[in-house]
Amino acid sequence: MTATPLLELRGINKSFGPVQVLRNVDFSAYPGEVTALVGDNGAGKSTLVKCVGGIYPIDSGTYLFDGQVATVHSPRDAGALGVEIVYQDLALCENLDIVQNMFLGREKTSGLVLDEPTMERLAGETLQRLSVRTVKSLRQLVASLSGGQRQTVAIAKAVLWNSRLVILDEPTAALGVAQTAQVLELVRQLADQGLAVVLISHNMNDVFAVADRIATLFLGQMAAQVKASDMTYTQVVELITAGRSGDIGIGATTAGNGGEPLAGPVADDDVPVPGAAAGTDQPNGAQ
Amino acid sequence: MTAVQSPNRPPIASGHAETLTEHLTNYGRRVAGGELGALPAILGLVVLCAFFSIARPVFHGAYNFANLFTQGAAVTLIAMGLIFVLLLGEIDLSAGFASGVCATILAVLLTERQWKWYFAVPVSLATGVVIGLLIGLLVAKVGIPSFVVTLAAFLAFQGVQLLFLTGGKNISIFDPVINAIENKNMPVWLGWALLVLGVLGYLAVQLLRVRGRTSRGLAAGPLSLVALRVGALAVLGSIAVYVLSQERSPNPPHIALSGKIQGASLKGIPIVVLLILVLLLVWTFVLGRTAFGRHLYAVGGNREAARRAGIRVDRIRISAFVICSAMAAIGGIVAASRATSVDPNTGGSNVLLYAVGAAVIGGTSLFGGKGRVVDALLGGAVVAVIDNGMGLLNLSAGQKYIFTGAVLLLAAGVDALSRRRAAAAGLR
Repeated sequence: MTATPLLELRGINKSFGPVQVLRNVDFSAYPGEVTALVGDNGAGKSTLVKCVGGIYPIDSGTYLFDGQVATVHSPRDAGALGVEIVYQDLALCENLDIVQNMFLGREKTSGLVLDEPTMERLAGETLQRLSVRTVKSLRQLVASLSGGQRQTVAIAKAVLWNSRLVILDEPTAALGVAQTAQVLELVRQLADQGLAVVLISHNMNDVFAVADRIATLFLGQMAAQVKASDMTYTQVVELITAGRSGDIGIGATTAGNGGEPLAGPVADDDVPVPGAAAGTDQPNGAQ
Repeated sequence: MTAVQSPNRPPIASGHAETLTEHLTNYGRRVAGGELGALPAILGLVVLCAFFSIARPVFHGAYNFANLFTQGAAVTLIAMGLIFVLLLGEIDLSAGFASGVCATILAVLLTERQWKWYFAVPVSLATGVVIGLLIGLLVAKVGIPSFVVTLAAFLAFQGVQLLFLTGGKNISIFDPVINAIENKNMPVWLGWALLVLGVLGYLAVQLLRVRGRTSRGLAAGPLSLVALRVGALAVLGSIAVYVLSQERSPNPPHIALSGKIQGASLKGIPIVVLLILVLLLVWTFVLGRTAFGRHLYAVGGNREAARRAGIRVDRIRISAFVICSAMAAIGGIVAASRATSVDPNTGGSNVLLYAVGAAVIGGTSLFGGKGRVVDALLGGAVVAVIDNGMGLLNLSAGQKYIFTGAVLLLAAGVDALSRRRAAAAGLR
């Protein structure tokens, strides 16, 4: 596996007024791997993703893309880097068909006129590349698609643009068993084709089914980012709920003291944390 | 996790080339599923025409046929503009009086200032654009609901018109070019020439599309379908041009009391029909074949999705109101041409409601995201037929309003029910 991460965030801080939502967060996503981003409600997953996607500016910290420092101020900046986010509510227009949705905002034109045949061909090729066989016609309205098919279209839309990092915000949240399997298969496909995939999910079964790495956010701090194969289900749940599991996770801030565990100094003041948060995934490079 | 695939299933490139029968079956299935499109309007038009033809045989005479176009022209043009606003799920209640204000400005410039028409018309159109810009900015940038903004504008423009026409005076228009729009016809040969040009152009566009698709390895519709479409256009167009080419003057050309020559050999297609057809083509092209049109549908379908796709939503919304008011200005000019004058009631009374009714009857949804420019033409025809036919039946204004209201309600009901049907069929 590639040693250098495609996306590397170092010490990201983000506040909304007096509320600090992200505290000194480190996060990496590797090409060809699925990185699951887990955490309880309010842990900061969505905020982190929106910072990556350029929707929120970061207060401080380093945003490295492909080893280079990148400045991302808007979704367009992120798009230019090759970052695509598939949102939970999908953001598809039901009154448009699959091709129209996949090219929305970036239509191919010849002169003034929309180049429909080219768009249809490219959309068909992308879906085929992803081995999508669940939609009958590319000219179907999205309104007539099932939840899983819509998720498929949303993901295909994200990879149509030679994107390099695809972030999926709870892609299986509203899906049934069979559809979830289809979408997870698609997620795996993306990574196998060399993209860096970040999967936000609350579902541990999904996470362990596809993820290579698991990053756990706990109340705005990165509790741990480790190889999925080194973790058990129980450990991840402990990290999500307590921010700590055995010798990994946020150190003394949550381990012992009952009084205001996280309102105090930021985690890296404590000795165990830098090693735990930043270094855990390095020793396991040989998989 | 291993990828479980079924390699036997055919790839989904874009479906196979369907035959004519399959196409018709699919269409039938879509209609049964609640995707009615223009069908209710066409059926309504046929039923209404049959009814009025039986009740008053003069209805289907050539004279009255031409009348339908000139009577419905202003409402149809305003409805065309309204469709852009309705597509976004917005409404423009001020379109009627916007057309009135623009017509009034035209009349003031032409008659009171003695301007040439080629200076007055651009000023009138520019007024429409400015009105639309104003409404659009208030809706998109300030965030006032379009219903409220345009309701306020409805009242204000009525006032503006009254200020121009102090004491409720009536300004006559003497400019021959402006008056010709609604009151003159094209030469008969030109009508036929344009028909041939139109049919050939349509054929060429259809064939080019088929070729463009097949050359990229995509499935194209059957050629028999192209033939069917082009044939239908040719037949219907020929009937219309033939009827309009008949001499329909009730009495030979004569000098009227006003000193103008009226009914000078009344035959040929009214000039306004050409204006409507050109605008229909232009706006259909814009909506269906340009990125701007695509973005308009997207904003109407899901504004948030459009925003995330990088579409400048505010700009799209403002431009929809600009198009609507500019088309209202054109409608106002046509209305002024028809009456050869402007009074405080131009663009008032039921003009706006007829225009909204025309769009909805034609199949444009008030919920946004669904509609075509041709809906305005079909719906406008229905409204014109009702208005005209009820007039021939010597019904009172009260009865006309009630009947038109009922038809509008029916159309909105069909829209709502077909949406429910479509939801049940999984189409929406």
